[in-house]
Amino acid sequence: MVVAVSIGAVNIPVADVWGILLRHVTGRGATGDPALDQIVWTFRAPRVALAALVGAGLAVAGAVLQTLVSNPLADPVVLGFSYGASLGAVLVITLGGVALGGLGGLGVSGAAFVGALAAGALVFALGQRQGRLAPTRLVLAGVAVGYVLLSVTSFVQLLATPTELRTVMFWMLGSVAGAQWSQLPTVTVVVLTSTVVLTLFGRRLNALLAGDESATALGVDVNRLRAVLLVISALLTGTVIAVAGGVGFVGLMIPHLVRLTTGADHRRLLPLTALLGAIYLVLVDLLSRTVNRPNELPLGILTALLGAPFFLWLLRRNKGLDTV
Amino acid sequence: MKLTVDQLHITLDRKQILRDVHLEAAKGDIVGLVGPNGSGKSTLLRTVYRSLRPADGVVRVGGDDVWELSARTAARRTAAVLQDAGTTTGLTVTEIVALGRTPHHGLMGRDGAEDRDAVAEAVERCGVGPFADRDYATLSGGERQRVLLARALAQRPRLLVLDELTNHLDIRARFELLDLIRTTGITTLAVLHDLDLAARLCDHLVVLHEGAVVAAGPVLEVLTPDLLRDVFGVRGATERHPDGVVRITYAAQPLAFAREPEPEPEPDPEPQPEPAKR
Repeated sequence: MVVAVSIGAVNIPVADVWGILLRHVTGRGATGDPALDQIVWTFRAPRVALAALVGAGLAVAGAVLQTLVSNPLADPVVLGFSYGASLGAVLVITLGGVALGGLGGLGVSGAAFVGALAAGALVFALGQRQGRLAPTRLVLAGVAVGYVLLSVTSFVQLLATPTELRTVMFWMLGSVAGAQWSQLPTVTVVVLTSTVVLTLFGRRLNALLAGDESATALGVDVNRLRAVLLVISALLTGTVIAVAGGVGFVGLMIPHLVRLTTGADHRRLLPLTALLGAIYLVLVDLLSRTVNRPNELPLGILTALLGAPFFLWLLRRNKGLDTV
Repeated sequence: MKLTVDQLHITLDRKQILRDVHLEAAKGDIVGLVGPNGSGKSTLLRTVYRSLRPADGVVRVGGDDVWELSARTAARRTAAVLQDAGTTTGLTVTEIVALGRTPHHGLMGRDGAEDRDAVAEAVERCGVGPFADRDYATLSGGERQRVLLARALAQRPRLLVLDELTNHLDIRARFELLDLIRTTGITTLAVLHDLDLAARLCDHLVVLHEGAVVAAGPVLEVLTPDLLRDVFGVRGATERHPDGVVRITYAAQPLAFAREPEPEPEPDPEPQPEPAKR
């Protein structure tokens, strides 16, 4: 991560980065070049930290959702959370605070968070029947809600000016360029707590792999488990999408990468997924600001472009998938 | 552990599935649950492993109403091998067997010596050691069922519930599984489609027909020609062979009894074989 901080539009020697970081953390040491200090401490360090948190959060949410709805394609996008966030963000970007009153006051992040949770609540409500959350119904409800939100979002975009459209597009493809230290405490707490709590549920998530009825016979209250974990995943997703926009593919790919290499035991899978998700997004962010210096590419473009080929290679190599 | 089902009524989507079902399995007994498709066998099992809460009636395991127990306590008493396959890709055989330890832990629980012992014993007993590190998805049908049985045994249950354990298996795999169950000595309630297998495995049979128990007792007393005809729609007889195995002999045209007697059809005029043209 320190290396990631040192590389960018201006390359700064790793040793200097260490010095600047240490001085800010410990409060001691010589004051160096204030410009470098500002680049490292004010812009890059929070950015790298945020990329790590967002990557971890999205990957963990994806891993849990895939198990919850017994569907390898599930992720925050498929379950509609991301589209809810997009709609919230796009509404604020294009219509601004004027037309929206209270919602406008939330800012883009706040609106995205509210949108993700609202979408989650809607999917939750539509995905249940007689109090039972059936996996297939949840996925289909998520996809349907996603499409509706997407069409509303598209309609709103028609009303937007070209400048707003560009902002919308950048938001939807995701970026951590605007990271600030003030955002980090909340995101850190949410991502770390969710990852720990979800890992504690690891044994029960494992049981869910055996099927709903078998999990019940193993003493797991399947319906309650699904409800609790869906709420945690929606919160987690909402929090990270709110600060980073619609970064896709991480939630889908990273969990599978970890599963294919180290197995599906959630007590191992979730921490490793968080770690790999963090590393991956830090790298992608690093590339996003270096390939086309000094311009930046949105994260969403690179996550899939880089990840998909590697993912496909791993898929072809894995024999276990042939027999399912 | 003793299993008692009493005055059980189940209605799903306004359709009555089970009517006033009574069933008992004494400690160590193997009770077979048989009946045609749709007779309510799987539904009855669901009430036993605490997946379906009956509006009327009670299921007791070891004397306690299963719905008075917590899900985890109930699962420490009762283990089930069911038909739902789940999506167990990515788990090794050992990891699946270890799922049996789920009800023995809360959220904070870590695996201890007892868990490792239970898993090792179940692996050994079911003979799944040779492929312990393989992915479940790569196993054959017979191997898979042995793994699932090992998972159930790792639960250290005192009641086993089995739903069509031997479906789609070759004859040798079937016999091996049945022998395995007999040697565990655990009280067992098993749904079996194949009456021959049921007769071979079970001490007692309970016959479900259209949601009600129509016969219960020792195998030979239950599988009478009348019952085979009325419930299963086949003509057959059951007898104990000198080797101790109960066998059912089915008549050549089992469907004859399933239908209302019809007047003898006019014999079709035999189609004359056409003279071979050369």
